[in-house]
Amino acid sequence: MADDNTKYGWPAAEQRTLIGKSISRVDGPDKVSGRAKYTYDVHRPGMLYGKVVRSPHAHAKVVSVDVAAAEKLPGVKGVYIIQDKGSEIHWAGDDVVVVAAVDEPTAADAARLIKVEYQPLPHFVDDFSEPKNVAENTGPLTQRDLFQMFNNDAEDDQVIAAVQKRGITFKVTPEMAQRMKDNEVSNEVIKALQAAPVKEAETTDSPYKKETEQVKGDPDAAFKEAEVVSEGVYGCPVITHCCLESHGSVAEWTDSDHMFSHISTQNVSGLAGQFAQALKIPESNVHVHQDHIGGGFGSKFGIDRWGAYTAQVSKKAGGKPVRVMLERDAELEVAGCRPSAFAKVKVGAKKDGTLTAWQSDSWGTGGPGGGGAPPMPYVLNIPNQRKQHTAVATNIGPARAWRAPNHPQGCLITMSALEDVAAKLNMDPLQLMLKNIALTAPSEDTYHRADTYRDELMIAADLIDWKKNWHPRGQGTDTTKRGLGLAIHTWGGRGHNSNCELSIHSDGSVNIKIGSQDLGTGTRTAILIVAGDTLGLPIERIQLNLGDNQYPADGGSGGSTTIGGVSSSTRRAAIDAREQLFAKIAPALKAQPGDLEAVGGSIRVKSAPSRSMSWKDACARLGTQPIQALGKNPGPGDLISSGVGGAVMADVSVDTETGIVKMNKMVCVQDCGLIISMKTAESQVYGAMIMGIATTLYEEKVMDANLGQMLNPNMDFYRLAGIGDVGELVVHMMTGKGYDERGPIGLGEPPTVGPMAAIGNAVANAIGVRVPFLPITPDRVVNALKGGNNATV
Amino acid sequence: MDDLPEKPAKHEQSDKPKKSKSSSSSGVSRRDFLKISGVSAAVPLISHVGALAMAEGEPAIHGPGKVPVSLNVNGKKLSAQLEPRVTLLDALRDQFELTGAKRVCDRGTCGACTVLMDGKAVYSCSVLAIDAQSAQITTVEGLGEPGHLHPIQQAFIDNDAQQCGFCTPGFVVATKAFLDQHPNPTPEQIKHGLGGNFCRCGTYAGMRLAVMQAAKTKGA
Amino acid sequence: MRPFDYAVPTRAEQVPGLLGKSWGEVEILAGGSDLLSLMKDEITTPKRLVNIKQVAGLHAISNEGGASQLGTLVTLDRIAAASQIQHQHPMLASAAGDAASPQIRNVATIGGNLCQRPRCWYFRTGHGLLAQKDGKSLVLQGDNRYHAILGNDGPALFVSPSTIAPVLIAYNAKVRIIGPRGNREVPVEKFFVIPKTEQEREHDLRPDEFISHVIVPPAPGVRAAHYEVRQKEAFDWPYATAAVALTMNASTVQSARIVMGHVAPIPWMSTEAAQALQGKAVTQATADEAAKAAVAKAKSLGHNAHKIHLAQVAVKRAILAAVGAPPAGGAA
Repeated sequence: MADDNTKYGWPAAEQRTLIGKSISRVDGPDKVSGRAKYTYDVHRPGMLYGKVVRSPHAHAKVVSVDVAAAEKLPGVKGVYIIQDKGSEIHWAGDDVVVVAAVDEPTAADAARLIKVEYQPLPHFVDDFSEPKNVAENTGPLTQRDLFQMFNNDAEDDQVIAAVQKRGITFKVTPEMAQRMKDNEVSNEVIKALQAAPVKEAETTDSPYKKETEQVKGDPDAAFKEAEVVSEGVYGCPVITHCCLESHGSVAEWTDSDHMFSHISTQNVSGLAGQFAQALKIPESNVHVHQDHIGGGFGSKFGIDRWGAYTAQVSKKAGGKPVRVMLERDAELEVAGCRPSAFAKVKVGAKKDGTLTAWQSDSWGTGGPGGGGAPPMPYVLNIPNQRKQHTAVATNIGPARAWRAPNHPQGCLITMSALEDVAAKLNMDPLQLMLKNIALTAPSEDTYHRADTYRDELMIAADLIDWKKNWHPRGQGTDTTKRGLGLAIHTWGGRGHNSNCELSIHSDGSVNIKIGSQDLGTGTRTAILIVAGDTLGLPIERIQLNLGDNQYPADGGSGGSTTIGGVSSSTRRAAIDAREQLFAKIAPALKAQPGDLEAVGGSIRVKSAPSRSMSWKDACARLGTQPIQALGKNPGPGDLISSGVGGAVMADVSVDTETGIVKMNKMVCVQDCGLIISMKTAESQVYGAMIMGIATTLYEEKVMDANLGQMLNPNMDFYRLAGIGDVGELVVHMMTGKGYDERGPIGLGEPPTVGPMAAIGNAVANAIGVRVPFLPITPDRVVNALKGGNNATV
Repeated sequence: MDDLPEKPAKHEQSDKPKKSKSSSSSGVSRRDFLKISGVSAAVPLISHVGALAMAEGEPAIHGPGKVPVSLNVNGKKLSAQLEPRVTLLDALRDQFELTGAKRVCDRGTCGACTVLMDGKAVYSCSVLAIDAQSAQITTVEGLGEPGHLHPIQQAFIDNDAQQCGFCTPGFVVATKAFLDQHPNPTPEQIKHGLGGNFCRCGTYAGMRLAVMQAAKTKGA
Repeated sequence: MRPFDYAVPTRAEQVPGLLGKSWGEVEILAGGSDLLSLMKDEITTPKRLVNIKQVAGLHAISNEGGASQLGTLVTLDRIAAASQIQHQHPMLASAAGDAASPQIRNVATIGGNLCQRPRCWYFRTGHGLLAQKDGKSLVLQGDNRYHAILGNDGPALFVSPSTIAPVLIAYNAKVRIIGPRGNREVPVEKFFVIPKTEQEREHDLRPDEFISHVIVPPAPGVRAAHYEVRQKEAFDWPYATAAVALTMNASTVQSARIVMGHVAPIPWMSTEAAQALQGKAVTQATADEAAKAAVAKAKSLGHNAHKIHLAQVAVKRAILAAVGAPPAGGAA
């Protein structure tokens, strides 16, 4: 392994020519000039336009579907019933029929002719009200229940006790056991599961599903002994991804069993199997392509129902290309929700700020399935805890991963509660955080987590001038009050499985093929930086092909796993290819291959740099056989790590008459191991902060209880921040010793976690009272100041 | 009135539109319309306001079927047969393959479809193509291309004022219109002058720098 | 969007004949930014659009002895930039320049601004202007955080969406309307009406009429300001707005016109607030009194009590801004 590390490891700081430098994104010129082609821009010859009939009901049975009139309309080439008679609809806006026609107006006219009869069923969209009198869940555990327990780091003895007492609803297959083993589930737990009685799942009419209470330490004793106990309620509503490029695809059949899909996806390599299953064709007959994607944020990993029916209606239309892109209302209604989370929290502490006890009763929805409990207490592992989560099943729409799933919610609730503790203690929350920072480090910590947080907090405090600007809560007599708030956050971000094929040709050209995708995170730029740095070439000399499942497979871009995956597979491919090239030309340079280096567009002898050969001349010696190397991740050498931390501080002004919050400034200090592409990395952090501002102040999926429909399926009232709303933004990346040697770690999720909590805390600090729920709109601020119950709306 | 002959529609463009058929694709024919509204399109109710209208001709009526539409985009004349209900945005994207302007909200809110009409920024999703015929239209493609980028486009690259890039063309065009009116903008002016566009990835920090850089660059 | 035919009259007299006999049959296309959205969502499904932009004489801003006469097609952008308006009716220039977004201001017309449809989210998602279902109000039963706090005794609970209309009313402006029977003029404050049925609209136009001009009378010495409580810096629907025009007698208010927007189904002129201010000097205290009077009769629908408070703040701040007084407290 040591040899592999020497061979493949990242170059030392002084040897990096491109890695870590600020380089403009390589697809910038195409994007700024409107030449970049997104799925929505694909216009295939003879392409038809799809229009979807959607259910107005949040919960209903489809009684009948009559498409006869639509099929007869001239210009209509295909009608496909997605959910026929007998189907059950679980959210308003769900897809029922798709029409393909020669142009969009015709498709719309045809859709209007389709008659669908529904039998409405009772719906439930209230995730905000606190669940009351929810029966203890005593039935057998589902896979979901267990997943929740694992996700919440439930202690083994608790899991085993529950499994033994309640039984389970599924049989543990050997594959399942292996998967659990791979995911570090203990042998004792697996054994208990294998031995557990398998029972029928219990059904219930209640939307509420109480999950198993989780206890750690002795919370009762700890609260009794606590010198101060702070209680509060906190939470955030369901929000939607609102990708600017909506979900959708262009599907066509190149022959009777080969399907080609241009699709807006975060998962180019991973879709063929999903298509194959839905369309009943061999996986190898599915071609997936995407050049650019207009936002995903966690919501574009699957082919989705619409991916499948776009292909189905294309088949009905004789295989002609059909484009179905979700319209904005559908995009907001059906294409993804971030689960809500609300919690009543009690925190116990000593007078000096030492945190001793945590209790939370939380609830939230992720749509029909209920939704997971956010990790709490977030980051700080308070010694004594009692946690109870109730999942609320609703007809709000299906949940999807949304940058750093569950973390922002857990962070908001935890950091808000801790700021309230600090206020109760009349203590600077920064001091409270520093006092308890050791709680962030697990006992087996190999990554200097607590030190990182401490360093990041101190840097952030400097950048926002915390010492000078922070004051105890709610001081001052001006109408407009200013406040500061903070939060810390974490994420894993280990690179996913990746394959990178790199070839060097006799004319000197270099080609990379990788079945990845660039979400606008700078993946293209990062791959080229790694390859260029390794081969000693400027990035313009390397051709990169990605966005196609005919290239070597790469993982989906989610969970901040892309940079670790593609940088290490590319590094390995480039090192192997370079080695082959060195072997080829070493004799001509009268040297051993191991004595050569590739620098500045030439290959030279390390000890005698004057003995060199230009890249072009070197490649000319390859003759007819290009060099081809396949780099993989995981692969030889330790190139990547997992686990990062970040600190966010916000400075806001609140007009206490109007309740309007203005961002003055926000700072994010973030580590992510070795930074490959500095400019796009910084952009990720800026973007995360801005997204956080929108989430904190504006965003909410508003549902009408009677109708079960979304009231703001548009960008008028589903509000995003504008350029004037974000204040000054400062990004500081932790680099150098202690960070670089960890190798690249993903950055997409972590900085999105802290902003909500930091801004919420800044508002509380400014006005002297907690605005418990997001978004922090004027009505909520005004109500909080009046001491009112904030359960408005 | 049902028996009135249909008058061929008139328009500024030289091409005479074909008489719109009572096409079942639209579901409504002009003849139907006359029945429904009880108003004759061919004979405006000029009796109430004098005979002047007759003297200078009758108002042109087009559609509802396809009619010839001719647009002046990036200095080129582009023609197509379109129903009056087709927006400028959809015409640009689906008829002329000018896909720089994006369809995002399609309701005049997000700014991704921004183009210039006679030098002014407009939401092309909220303009009918048939109503855009007399204007000089500039799309993001007309501002510059890779290799010959407009200084604003270069500034967006230099300051990484984009991530997924879906809002970028709209922002670039809005910035062009904004800087034409505010060659030396203040931060306060930027807040409002570019308030008609939204970015989801969160690239405003780079955008603010890009706008300032472009303002300083000659020729922006 | 459903198909329609598209008429392009060139003279005002041609327009009424092209319009319908009942609402919704025909729509007038001016700037189009609101209309096309409504048509895409099939909230309105006209069989015909009448594009009035080729009509001569509707585009001009003219000065008639200190009065500003605006053709109905004058865009908000032009109003904001016109030195005549900036000079004679600065509150109008400033409100027009602050409305919506640059892209909208470039196409939105003054006539269209007055005729834009409410933003009530029940209306916009297809539940009708009055949002009734099974004889019950969806607004009262549902989420009314943005709905009316005044004039909300009837079935109409949406709020008038124009931010310009309150300004015009404060200036005592009128609209000229052309119909099949000729012209008529109506004060803007009378132009808006609260509909009682789904078949009505929010104004005094008949289906075959249209606004040809807006006339803003001379306002010499009038001190005027508007204030908008809007969460975002730009392009956001306000919670409440207020437009205030004060005719001063030395340092005391001789007469006042105080109009709130986004609080009622029509722009809401508060005679109570005006009376409270009459004969008094403008101070924090008198502004506060007048603001309280403005919302004295306001009534919450259940989830919009905050709007009562916010409207009050808007009125107070507009009054203070009209006389150039700094708002209470000042910035941090």
